Order: sequence, then C-alpha cells, then structure tokens
Amino acid sequence: MNSVYVYCELEGTKVAEVSQELLTKGRKLANTLGVQLEAVAAGSGITGKVETQILPYGVDKLHIFDAPGLAPYTSKPHTAVLVNLFKQEKPQICLMGADVVGRDLGPRVSSALHSGLTADCTSLEIGPHEDKKTGKTYENLLYQIRPAFGGNIVATIVNPENRPQMATVRSGVMKAEVLDPNYKGEVIIEDVAKFVPETEYVTKVLDRHVQAAKNNLKGASIIVAGGYGMGSKENFELLYELAKVLHAEVGASRAAVDAGFADHDLQIGQTGVTVRPKVYIACGISGAIQHVAGMKESGIIISINSDENAPINTIADYVINGTVEEVVPKLIKYYKQNSK
Amino acid sequence: MTLKIVVLAKQVPDTRNVGPDAMTPEGTVNRSALPAIFNPEDLNALEQALRLKDQFPGTTVTVITMGPGRAAEVIREAMYRGADGGYLLTDRAFAGADTLATSYALATAIKHVCPDVDLIIGGRQAIDGDTAQVGPQVAEKLGLNQITYVEEIKSLTPTLSKGEGDKTDCSPLLGRGRGRLVVKRHIDGGVETVESPLPCVLTVNGSAAPCRPRNVKRVMKFKRCLAPMELPQGTGFGDLPYASEYEKKPYLKLGQLTCADVNADLQQCGLAGSPTKVKNVENIVFKAKESKVLTGSDEDVNGLVQELLASHTIG
Repeated sequence: MNSVYVYCELEGTKVAEVSQELLTKGRKLANTLGVQLEAVAAGSGITGKVETQILPYGVDKLHIFDAPGLAPYTSKPHTAVLVNLFKQEKPQICLMGADVVGRDLGPRVSSALHSGLTADCTSLEIGPHEDKKTGKTYENLLYQIRPAFGGNIVATIVNPENRPQMATVRSGVMKAEVLDPNYKGEVIIEDVAKFVPETEYVTKVLDRHVQAAKNNLKGASIIVAGGYGMGSKENFELLYELAKVLHAEVGASRAAVDAGFADHDLQIGQTGVTVRPKVYIACGISGAIQHVAGMKESGIIISINSDENAPINTIADYVINGTVEEVVPKLIKYYKQNSK
Repeated sequence: MTLKIVVLAKQVPDTRNVGPDAMTPEGTVNRSALPAIFNPEDLNALEQALRLKDQFPGTTVTVITMGPGRAAEVIREAMYRGADGGYLLTDRAFAGADTLATSYALATAIKHVCPDVDLIIGGRQAIDGDTAQVGPQVAEKLGLNQITYVEEIKSLTPTLSKGEGDKTDCSPLLGRGRGRLVVKRHIDGGVETVESPLPCVLTVNGSAAPCRPRNVKRVMKFKRCLAPMELPQGTGFGDLPYASEYEKKPYLKLGQLTCADVNADLQQCGLAGSPTKVKNVENIVFKAKESKVLTGSDEDVNGLVQELLASHTIG
C-alpha cells in the first residue's frame, strides 16, 4: 500500500519542529490506513545528523538527499527532489509545514504532479467520501479541514482522484510526540543527481539572516493578546505593561496586525502562531475562527470586550464586559496589590 | 532595455464584511453577495512592477485577472495607477476552479498574450483563500523559477554575463533569460537576498511598499475603459452613449479572453480541472463553555485577580 510522506524542513542540520509535529500526525494517519510512514530530508551535510531527529517519531523509511546545492532551501531543486521521488514512490498523502518553505514548495510540487493541495489545515482525518454527482464512493480519503473565507466557515476538502493528497499545516497546530527513541526505520541515501538536474540550481542565495524568534509566544505560559478593539498602537502599550507585571508575552489578532497596532510576528491564529498557554487574556478581540484556531487549546481564556456578544466570549472561562482602557489598568493595579 | 511585465491581480470579496449568504449550497463563494475589492497584496505587486517601469522607460505592465465581468474593475484600477492595460480572463468554463485549475488558466493566458514575458508579479496570497498557492503553481506550469515572499526588488541587471546564458536559462518555454534580478525576501525568522535569472515569477508581501495612489489624469483618461463582458447583454461598444470615443480610442476597449481564445484544455479548467473538492462546509458554532461574566468594576476585577492568584493560575 502507498505510504504517507512528510517533507522534513531543515535549518542547517536541525529538523523544524513543525516537521516533527507532522511526523507524529503522519504516524497516526499511517496507522489508520495500515501503511508505512516515510520522510524526506534534503539539505547539505545532513547525513548522520538528522536521522535521530526523525526516526523516533515512528518513521519506517527516511529518504536523505544530501548535496551542497540543497541548502539553503531554494524552490526548484527541492521541487525536483519531491516530484521525481513521488513519481517513483507514488505516495497517497504528503504533509508539509505551512511556513515559508512549505508554502513555496507545496504548490510547486502539486502543480507539477497535478495533485490537490490544501493550505493551512487545522485538522486532518481519514474517512469515506461520496461524490454526489457521479455516485462514486471512496474509502480512506484524507479530510483536509481548514477555516475558510474570513473565518466564517470551516471547510472539509478532499482529493478523490489525484495523488498524493497534499496538505500544509502550521507550526504548533499538531503536537510532536516521540513514539520510540529506538524506532527502527530504514535510512536510504538517495543519489541527488538522479533526481535534480544541474539546470535546476537557478536561484543563488547571496545573503541570509535568520534569528531565533524575537518573542516566545509558542512557549509562553501567559499571553496577553490584543485585537482591533484596542483602537490604536498607543493602547497596545497598555498590554505590554500588563504583560510585564504578569511575566507574559504579548500577542495580537490579524485585525490588529493589519491595522498596524502590532508587528506581524506577534500574530496568533491560523495564519500566525498557534499557542497553548496556561492563561490567555484576549483584549478587544472579537474572535474570528482563524484567531480561535490558533488559541483555543489555551488553559484559561479571559475575554475583555465591550461587546458582550463577541464570539470569543463563548469559549472564554471569564468574560469581562468593559473597555480595555478601563479594565487593563485595573488588572495591573490589583495584581500589584494582591501579589505582594 | 525595456521589460515585459505581467501583473496577476484578483478581485476578491472583502472578507471583513461577510454576510450569511456568502456561501452557495455547493460550498463555493457567492461573490455577488459581497463587496469586491482589489486584493491588497496584488497592489503591492503592482507597485513593484511600476517601479521597474519608472526605472526602465518603455517597459510594459500588463494586468491579467480572472473573474466575471465586474472583475475588469481591477484592470481599470491598475491603469489609474500606471499599468498599460490588461486582460480579463473570463469564461463559464473557469467557474469553480481551485488553485490548480486557476493557475492553469492564468499560465495558459500568459503564454498566449505575453509569450516573451520577463517578469510575472503577483501578491503573495488573496484574502479570500489565504493559500499563497497560485503564484508558485503558475511558475511551475510555465517552467519558470519563482521567488515568493518578496519584500523588495533590489536590482535588475539586463543581460547575463558571458557563458552563463545556457546554464541559467530556466525557461525553455518562454525563451532565453534576459537578465538577472536581485530580490530581498522574508523567510521564517529572517530575511534572505537571492538572485534569479529572468524570466521568473515573484509573489510580493503585504509589508512591501504600498502602491502609489491613482493619478488624476490617468483616471480621466481610462475611466471609460470597458471589457466586452461588462456591456449589457446583446449590446456592443457601438450602442454605448459615447460610442464614437471607443472608435477613436481603442485603448478604452479592455482585452478579454475566453477559454477558447487561449486554447485552454477544458478538462484542466474550472471544477473539472480541480483535484480538490469541497466535501462539506460548516458554519462556525463555538462550543460554549460555561463562562463567568464580570463587569469592569473595581470589585469584579479585584475579585478575579484574587481568584486567579489563589488558584496559582497567575503569579
């Protein structure tokens, strides 16, 4: 039976967390289907360094492509790796991270193979499908579930006929769990030249600066997040004050980022960071599904909103009906008073 | 040195103002129920194209958009800001296309109207789908290199240096590379400066330079531009109140392309050409938790802080 594949993204010789999250999910999907989980790692000088970061997630076969031109990532050589490997191996499912690399590579591969791709899935399941027009039924399709259209709906997408069924998933949406530190998977060192013609190395990377994330939203235990209801960049300063006393990180909704109240890297939600803090304080956030998709796993959710019918209130443990300008300074004041 | 640039732009429903009739029962977008706008990141893309036109006089910027008649508004809007003209790609056969079928139609149209294109620029993604897939899929269909998440075009050098022509020719389809491009792009956690031979496809971020405003003279000149699809059914340009103007000024008639015009394979267009199918669509109903509702009074806020401290939730 055709395998489930995960494309493992690398920074140097380090496997991205999102890839490990997808390997964990991929293992579960492979179990449901009764097939093998295979992984692809392409980079330079990676042989002997990436195996222990990949196999323990339950990978049965790891395909390593190791050549100087494969790092840093550029579009065409990595596309050639996947397209030619997939033509040979014919996987039924391929998962990759919905970050810059995955969103650059995924569509290219799907276009070359004429296979369907669904971006930014928030959930993946296996199930049957009936095509109402043709009456044809399908077993064991990948349900690619994602919010769509401004977050007003959740759509389940299937690819009935074309393979592989491709999906991208953002970092933090799935959870990474090692299956067995000594999991015995086969490692195949592939001959890169057989997959990537010399003519594919067209992009030259002249200069590259990558820093560790400026904020620690993913690991924060308390997050204070602001939405469009904050009204201005100046009011966002209030959140930094609150975050400082609570030892929290500041996040933002897409609407707040689009309005220029906060930096893009603070965006929480389907097209930003997915977080699971112990406490999530939503300030002036109405709660579009794309935002909720990125924070609904939070332990305790506190919503401060002047609109008592804000959708986010329905998933909040505490709802404070009031304006941010009024409530946040009080939170700071009483926290200082009571924590002494 | 002059360039031929194609800008891919999309008219999108403004997802910030969505009503209950936004989706059809088949799970596709009911575009007629929503205000339509120029996809924001496509405006950033247009600006990059216009900057190259400023730098290399004689460069042509052609907008291609796929959609119903009213999507021609995107072409006019781009012309007000400096684009030379555009094509409305419109056909019932394109309806219901997913990203792959859309990119097939666009790639086919580009080959048809601008086979010697130097640069194809589009926004990174459209706000109605947020997929960021069409740019790379068009690039692959044309066999061109791509640079996504572009922040700025740093430089464009017209010709390749000696001996490199064959090696870096990345486009057997569209002819030889005619130069090279240096671009700054965003990557996860940083920035990258990359160089690519022309022709290639760029997708531009919303954080790139905003598009220049409309030019009043251009608005006056192009405001009567129309695509044939926009005319009332059964009428032609000759039936319009300003019919003589359309005779004298051919630029007022916008280009329009159907499936047959670009020789597109029907099996690869629209619903038929879309590997992905919408299985079902659910409206969002949050599973309500039992929430404690408080006011913003001193008493309530103080009580909440004390409660959270007592349970060691904070502090």
